Amino acid sequence: MSNFFEKSDLSRNEAENIISDTLQNCDDGELYLENSKSESILLDDNKIKNSSYSSDLGFGLRAISDEIVAYSHSNEISKNSLKQSSENLRETLKSAKGTYNHSIPKSNKKYYENINPIEQKSLNEKIEILNKVNNYLRSTDSNVKQVTANFLGEQKSLEIIRSGGETLTDVRPLIRFNVSVMLEKNGRKETGVYGVGGRQSYDNYLKEDNWKNVCDEALRIASVNLESKPAPAGEMKVVLGPGWPAILIHEAVGHGLEGDFNRKKTSAFHNLMGQKVASEGVTIVDDGTIDNRRGSLTIDDEGTPTEKTVLIENGILKNFMQDRHNARLMKTKSTGSGRRENYRHIVLPRMRNTMMLNGKHTQEEMIKSVDKGIFAVSFGGGQVDITSGKFVFNCTEAYEIINGKIGSPIKGATLIGDGPSILKEVSMVGNDMMLDPGIGTCGKAGQGVPVGVAQPSILINKMTVGGTKL
Amino acid sequence: MIKDQEYLERKSSFCLDLAKKLGASDASVIVSNSISETVNFRNQKLDESNRSDNLAIGITTYIGKKKSSISSSNLLDDNLKILIKKCVETTKNTPEDEFNSLPDKDLLAKETKSLNLYDDTHIKNDIKIEYLTRLEASASKEKKIINTESSFTEDKSNFILANSDGFCEGYKTSSFTASSVTVAKDDISMERDYEYTSKCHLQDIRDAEELGKISAEQTIKKLSPKKIGSDKIPIIFDKRIAKGILSTFASAISSSAISRGTSFLKDKINQKIFSNDLNIFDKPDILKGLGSKSFDSEGVKTETLQLVEEGVLKNYLIDTYNGKKLNLKSNGRCGGTSNLYFDNGKISLKNLLNSNSKCLYITETIGHGSNIVTGDYSVGATGFLIENGEFKFPINEITIAGNFKDMFKNITLANDLEFKYATNSPTMMIEGMVVAGK
Repeated sequence: MSNFFEKSDLSRNEAENIISDTLQNCDDGELYLENSKSESILLDDNKIKNSSYSSDLGFGLRAISDEIVAYSHSNEISKNSLKQSSENLRETLKSAKGTYNHSIPKSNKKYYENINPIEQKSLNEKIEILNKVNNYLRSTDSNVKQVTANFLGEQKSLEIIRSGGETLTDVRPLIRFNVSVMLEKNGRKETGVYGVGGRQSYDNYLKEDNWKNVCDEALRIASVNLESKPAPAGEMKVVLGPGWPAILIHEAVGHGLEGDFNRKKTSAFHNLMGQKVASEGVTIVDDGTIDNRRGSLTIDDEGTPTEKTVLIENGILKNFMQDRHNARLMKTKSTGSGRRENYRHIVLPRMRNTMMLNGKHTQEEMIKSVDKGIFAVSFGGGQVDITSGKFVFNCTEAYEIINGKIGSPIKGATLIGDGPSILKEVSMVGNDMMLDPGIGTCGKAGQGVPVGVAQPSILINKMTVGGTKL
Repeated sequence: MIKDQEYLERKSSFCLDLAKKLGASDASVIVSNSISETVNFRNQKLDESNRSDNLAIGITTYIGKKKSSISSSNLLDDNLKILIKKCVETTKNTPEDEFNSLPDKDLLAKETKSLNLYDDTHIKNDIKIEYLTRLEASASKEKKIINTESSFTEDKSNFILANSDGFCEGYKTSSFTASSVTVAKDDISMERDYEYTSKCHLQDIRDAEELGKISAEQTIKKLSPKKIGSDKIPIIFDKRIAKGILSTFASAISSSAISRGTSFLKDKINQKIFSNDLNIFDKPDILKGLGSKSFDSEGVKTETLQLVEEGVLKNYLIDTYNGKKLNLKSNGRCGGTSNLYFDNGKISLKNLLNSNSKCLYITETIGHGSNIVTGDYSVGATGFLIENGEFKFPINEITIAGNFKDMFKNITLANDLEFKYATNSPTMMIEGMVVAGK
């Protein structure tokens, strides 16, 4: 755990006094201190292209009065700097007359260990694995023309000091291992990308078989794409594979169920609480409590213990995801979903691990039932327009389905749909739920945070496929 | 107050000296400070204030052809000592790469040009609040507007870039940005749109009332959209979308994509890739330009480049490392383009809209559907159906798709270029793309 006041002219006691003074007439707020260390090692084009290390230290002071949030952050943890931030906040909240809410729930549960993954393996060991990855891929398939592989490791220590001196801390490890391979055959080039990660040490992902699996999967996706033909254009049935394709859930409904968009009534879901928003059999939860997952948190960035929040239960909208600020204004409680990328950003209600739970159908049944459609197995990124509800995601591995059978692979295409209505078009939910491999980063208001997704195979009656073949 | 040149120079020379002392053969360092102050409004009331004071240092050390780098936001000498030691240690253990080196000395910028990129004006939050009050009053006039959000940001930055070959330059920049986001609603739909203005100098930003009004008008126009059938139809890209196509082109001609062989424009130098009369420039020395710079992120001097001349690709965007790999000299584009733009086309916007009896006018795209390896393009889109030059009705939940290799050859540009962003395009029409809808 970092001692943030060790090398500062500011003592913990003085800091506590400034915090309490600043938040005197405010409804909520805190000092957030963060110290993160991260490393990145990149192999590209047969060489170690980059080895870098970063250490980031800073604080953010937040004060909230009614609907107004005032925030100020700096890298200098000093008396002067904290006072300047305090003055800046008070200038915004001149007329604040709230009462500070001291209550914050407690829990002893932890969902990851206090480790520093960066220090658990030497640089040479990491370089050695990257070189093995490169050699393995290039020797496995002579069409391999480019290999990029990288490690990202991080340890983030944070401390939250609330008015009155209450203190909450967390130390979060995070690693990611990624492989991208480009094949060239008969003048045609295609790439395949795969990765794994989560909140534990490198060894959990990099034992001999593990890194080979990641390579094999990237290579398999690239090989499939080399044989792909133009994707169809127009509305048709879509079968989604289990696991990572759940970013459909994340984009289509997840963002629309975040508290801020609903308090501001800019989400297409804001007036649908308690109503049927999905087919029967569709249950979606956002869960921060799964051990070692990328989106899991012991406490959120406001200090609230994380939880498993039921968003949609058997088709009915049950809950939004809340941070303290939006929860207070909507007269409900925080769901432990208050997150920020780092101390430079304000807290927003965000997703953690968003999952659609199992139904009773098999993937085989779904494919068999489709006369003309596509089977989407893997995706790149997605995006949503909260207000209109329209969302997209890009297939990176997909096949056509003709008369109940899987046909040729098709080129990457964008799929577009309507968030509030898409879940009513889900006609079968599979029994093969899978977690994604631990690679997701969600962007909102310029802030990226690690997230996870999960789902079983699902059949969607109607989506628009953005191919080029009419 | 942002840190002055003297403070930044002191930090940079401390780092360079220490790196050398600890065994680095070469080193480079960038030290920067930026302070930004933002006020956000929502539904005509103060919603958020945000002050951000960012310090950053990035150091790269070389031992012969070995290289490693560190970065930090903690500029205390004690911390820098630990980090530089770690950086030099890591460098020793990193394999050699024959192309690693500082830029050629004769390519380094000799001076910082005077480009008028800094406006010292500091405005208090009260003045920002006054601007946003006028903006939102204007944006909220129409009944159909049910939600308004706006923000005003003042940003001041300063930096020093230095290396062990004696380069040491830096300068201050500023920006003032105001934006308006509006949500409109009718019985059928709820839609959102935006408008913003960003300039180096306060006096150049747009009028608050005008900004709010445009944002509201654009949003209301999108209400009650329809979905159309799948079709092959000419597509007109609004300037704010057309510039994205230009940015994709820029990433496909970056020397890193070219040297790695992962661009659909590899080996296309001196070949015709665009329609005949198309010209693309990257001009770093526009006074007050949003993308203007005196040198690139390695200190290499930047001059105007004509990237495409009469449809023919003339230059890649080259940095030192990938330049050496390709056997080309850096042209000062480490970190990307500066002020990138398509030259004006030959016809007016009106004539462009009239050039086909039926076309789509796209105002927004969503998704990350540009693949620079294959050139495939497929994104979600929102816009309007145009018949005989007239806006008929709004359209959404469609996708547009094509391949850049074909799309580039079918571009027609209007003559309405303006320098609103760092990357700018006139209104653009592309024929032969496929729309997927119903």
